[in-house]
Amino acid sequence: MAPLMNDNVNRRGFDTFDWCFLGIIAAIISIGILSIYSVTNSGPPTKFPIYLKQTTWMVVGILAFLVAAGIDYHKFARFSYLLYGAGLILLIIVIIIGKTSRGSQRWIQLGPFMVQPSEFIKIPLMLTLASYYGATSREGWLRRLIIPALIVLPGFLLILKQPDLGSSLGFLVIFLVIILTVGMKSKAFGFIVLAALMLFPFAWGGVWGSLHGYQQDRILSFVDPNSDPGGKGYHGLQSRIAIGSGQLLGKGLQGGTQTQFKFLPEGHTDFVFAVFAEEWGFLGSLILLSLYVIVLLMGLEIAFNAKDVTGSLLAVGVVAMLSFGVIVNIAMTSGLAPIVGIPLPLMSYGGSAMVVNLTALGLLLNVKRRRLSLL
Amino acid sequence: MFDTSRQANELADIQSRLIFVKVGLLLILVLLGLRLWQLQIRDGMYYQELARDNRTRSIVLEPARGLLFDRNGELLANNVPSFQLYLSLEDVQDRDAVLSKLPEYLDVNVQDISDKLGTRRRGRVKIKSGLTLREAALIESHRIELPGVVIQPEYQRNYPLGSYASHVIGYVGEISESQLKDAEFDDLQAGRIIGQYGIERTLDANLLGETGRKVIEVDAFGYPKRSLSIQPPLAGDDLYLTLDIRLQRLAEDLLGDESGAIVALDPWNGDVLVLASQPGFNSNDLSGGISPQAWRQLLQDARHPLTNRAIQGQYPPGSTFKIVMAAALLGTQTMGATDSITCHGTFPFGKRVFRDWKRGGHGSVDLNKALAESCDVYFYKVGNQLGIDPIASYARQFGLGEKTGIALSSERSGLVPSTEWKQKNRGEPWYLGETISIAIGQGFLSVTPIQMAKMMSIVATNGRVVQPRLLKAARLRRTGNLKEEQPPSTQQLAISSEIFSQIKKGLAAVVTRGTAQRAQSAIVSIAGKTGTAQVVALKDDDDKSEVAKKHRDHAWFVAFAPVEEPKIAVAVIVEHMGHGGSAAAPLAKTLIEAYMNGTNPQPAGSL
Repeated sequence: MAPLMNDNVNRRGFDTFDWCFLGIIAAIISIGILSIYSVTNSGPPTKFPIYLKQTTWMVVGILAFLVAAGIDYHKFARFSYLLYGAGLILLIIVIIIGKTSRGSQRWIQLGPFMVQPSEFIKIPLMLTLASYYGATSREGWLRRLIIPALIVLPGFLLILKQPDLGSSLGFLVIFLVIILTVGMKSKAFGFIVLAALMLFPFAWGGVWGSLHGYQQDRILSFVDPNSDPGGKGYHGLQSRIAIGSGQLLGKGLQGGTQTQFKFLPEGHTDFVFAVFAEEWGFLGSLILLSLYVIVLLMGLEIAFNAKDVTGSLLAVGVVAMLSFGVIVNIAMTSGLAPIVGIPLPLMSYGGSAMVVNLTALGLLLNVKRRRLSLL
Repeated sequence: MFDTSRQANELADIQSRLIFVKVGLLLILVLLGLRLWQLQIRDGMYYQELARDNRTRSIVLEPARGLLFDRNGELLANNVPSFQLYLSLEDVQDRDAVLSKLPEYLDVNVQDISDKLGTRRRGRVKIKSGLTLREAALIESHRIELPGVVIQPEYQRNYPLGSYASHVIGYVGEISESQLKDAEFDDLQAGRIIGQYGIERTLDANLLGETGRKVIEVDAFGYPKRSLSIQPPLAGDDLYLTLDIRLQRLAEDLLGDESGAIVALDPWNGDVLVLASQPGFNSNDLSGGISPQAWRQLLQDARHPLTNRAIQGQYPPGSTFKIVMAAALLGTQTMGATDSITCHGTFPFGKRVFRDWKRGGHGSVDLNKALAESCDVYFYKVGNQLGIDPIASYARQFGLGEKTGIALSSERSGLVPSTEWKQKNRGEPWYLGETISIAIGQGFLSVTPIQMAKMMSIVATNGRVVQPRLLKAARLRRTGNLKEEQPPSTQQLAISSEIFSQIKKGLAAVVTRGTAQRAQSAIVSIAGKTGTAQVVALKDDDDKSEVAKKHRDHAWFVAFAPVEEPKIAVAVIVEHMGHGGSAAAPLAKTLIEAYMNGTNPQPAGSL
C-alpha cells in the first residue's frame, strides 16, 4: 500500500467490503485471461503469447490501482483540469502522428507499446466533472449544464474524429450519467432533453456521414443480420452462434468450435464475452454477469456513501464508464446492439483499457476509504 | 472552502437520484441476462446446429470409373489423376469478389460459373476440371484471397488409344441440366461425370460405381481440420468388351482417310470383333470438356465424324442383297440352283429397259455364276417372278429392316420396303418395276453395315440368328469375381442347310473366280459378295471417272471365312469409292487374314 496521507484517512486497513471488491475484480480479470488464453493459444507457440501480455498489463494496472486508491482523490481532483488538458493534447497528437488501423487513427507508438489516449482521457474527464460540481454550488443551466458540456465537447469531438464511435459514445455517457445524477433542478433539464430530441436528426446525419464505410456497414447489418450471413452481418451472427451454441453448460475450455476454428472474429478483444459464453454456457455467463453486477452495485454503494459531492460523482463516473462497457459490449456480442467496437472492461485484451479500468476502480476504492472521515 | 450544509443538501440530492441510476442499471442488466437465456437456453439447440453446420462440410468422394478392356485384356479406358476446381459455397463470403479474381489465375468464364451457381448457398460445385499443374499451383498459393475455392484431385477418364474405337467406347462428360431432370439419372447429383456416348453411355450403370462421402471439420477459412466420418466410394465394374482392338485398329487404318465402316462378328456367338467407323474423333478431347467452338466444328464437319456409320449409316445394299435374293429364290423354289437363264445384258420391263452392269451380258447363267459374276439380269428376272413381299419377308429373316439391338444408342434400322409399307408411308401402290430395282439392292432398300455383318453371320452358320454383343465379361467390384456374359439366345431360320450350301458355293466363287478376286487369300478361304451402292442414278453414257467424288457410288464387300468352318463375318463399306471388288474386298481380306493369323499360332504365309 502506498504511504497514506494523514488527512481524513480511514486507518483501519481493508475491511470485508474491500476484500470482496478486490476479489471480484481479480476473478473477472482471471476469467478474461483464461478466455484470451483459450482463443489465442491454439496456433503454433509464440515467444510472448497474448495472454501473458495481458497478464503483464494486469500487473501494470494493479500498480495504477494502488496509486489511484492510495493518494487522496482530492489531490487528483485539484489537478484534474491540468490532466484533462494534457489528455486533449494527446488526442490532438493522435490525430497528427497517430497509428492507423482499420481506417481509424487511435494509437500513439510509445516505445514498444501502443497507447490509446481516448481510453486514458476518461479518468481526467471524471475527475474534472466531479471537482467542477464539487467546488461550489452550480446554479442555473449555464453553470450546471452548458459549461460542463463545453468541457466535454472537445474531447468528444476529438475522439469522434479518429473515428472511434464507441469510445466517443462512452465519453458522452460518463457526462450524461453525471448530469443525470447531479440533476437539473429547473427547466434546464427539460430544455436539454427537448433540444437533444430536436437536434437528433441533424446530429445523426452529421455522425452518420462522418462514419467509415465499415462502421456504417456494421450498423446497417445490425438491422437484419440474418439476411446476409456471409456478408456484413457475419461477425454478429458468428458471435450469436458462439453464445447460443454454448447452451446451458458450455463446451468447456478450448472446446468452443466457433472460437477454435476462427469463425468468431476478434475473439480475444471485442468478442471475448462470446468466447467465454461458448465455453462456459449460460451458467458461466450468468455468474460472470453477476460478478459485474456486484462490482457495479458496490460502486453505486460507494457513491451513495461518499463524504462529498466530488467523491460521489467520481464514483458515479466510474460506474457509468464500466456499465457502458459491460452493457454495450454484451449487448453487441449478443445481437442487441450494433457492433461498435466497445471492449468488455477487465476482460478484453488491451493494455490501455486495462490500466484505465483498474485506475478507475482504484479511485472508487479511494472514495470508499475516505468516506468515514467526516463522521 | 466547502459550505458544509450546501454540500449535505447536494449530496442528499445525489443520493436520491442514485436510486434511479441503480434501478435503471439493474433493469438493463436483467435484460442482458434474459437475452442470454434466450440465446443459450431457449434457442440453444438452434445455434448448436448452426455451429455444427459452420464447421462441418460433407464432401462427395467420386468413385473411380470402371476400366474398359478389349477381349484380350488390352486397356481401352482408364482413369488418371487430375485437378478439379470446386467452390465450397459455405466458405465463400463474397462470391463476386472471389469469382472476379479467378480469371487472374486460370482460364474460366466468370459469367458461366455465376449462371451455374445461381442462387445456391450451400454445398460444393465443380467449376472447372482438368486444371494444369501450373493453374493448380497458382490457385493453391493464392488460397488466402480465394476463400471457398478448393482444389480436389480426382480421376479423369483417359483413353490410351486416342481416336481408335472412339464410336464404340464413346466418351464421358458432366451430367447435363436436362439429364438431371431425367428420371433415368434420378440418383445422381450435379457435377457427376457420366458416360455420354458409346459403351460409356449404354453401360454407364456398370461403370459408374458408387459415390462415397466424407464429413470433415473446417475452420473459418475452409481449411480442413479433421475428418469426422468417411464412407469410401466403390469403384465401377471393369468391363471386357468383345472387341479385338488389334483388328479394330487395323480396320480403322485400312479405311484410312476414306469415310466408311467395317464390322466384323464372330458368327457363332455374336461377339463384335470390329466396329469401325471413319472418320472418328478423339475420345480424350470430348471427355476433357471440349470448347464450344471445337464442339461446333465437330458438329458441322461435312464428313460427320460423330456419326457411327457402322450402326447409323444407312446405305443401299447394292449387289450384296443378291444373297437374300438367292435364299428367297431357292427357299420359295422359284428357281433351282442349277436352272439357267440367258443374259444378254438387258432386261426389258414395260417401257423401260433394265441394264446389266456388264455390257453384252453374261451369257448362260445359273445361280452360282449369277452370284460370282453378280449378274443383274438373272436377279431382275428372279425378282420379277418373286414379287416384293416374299423378297421383303426373306430380307427381314436375315435381320434387315430392323435394329440388331447392339448395346449402343442411336442405331438405325434401315428400310425393307413392301407393298404395305409403300401404301402406308407413300400413299401409293407398289409398282412392279420397283421390285426390279430392289432385286439388285437399290431403290427404297437401305441397310446398315452391322446388319450386313449379321446377315453374313447367318449365312456362315447356316441360318443361326444371333444378336451382336459388345460386352464379354465384367469384373464385379463388389465381389471381385469375373462374370462372363451369357451368350445371347440364338434362333434358327427355317431355311434348309442345302440352300445355304448352294449360296456359300456361289459366294466362294465370287472370290475364286468372280467379282472379288482381289479378296482371294493364300492362307484362308473366303466367301463374299461385292456390292455397289448407288448414290445418284447415272445414265449409261456418263463417264464415271468424271463424276465428282461425292456423287460416286459406295463400295460394299461382305464376307465370311473360312468357307468350310466360318470363324468371322465381315461387312466393309467404303464411301464414294465405286466398285466393291476393288475398293472394299482387299480390306476385308487383310482383316480376315489378320484375324486368322491371330487365332492361328502359325505365322502368316506358312500355308
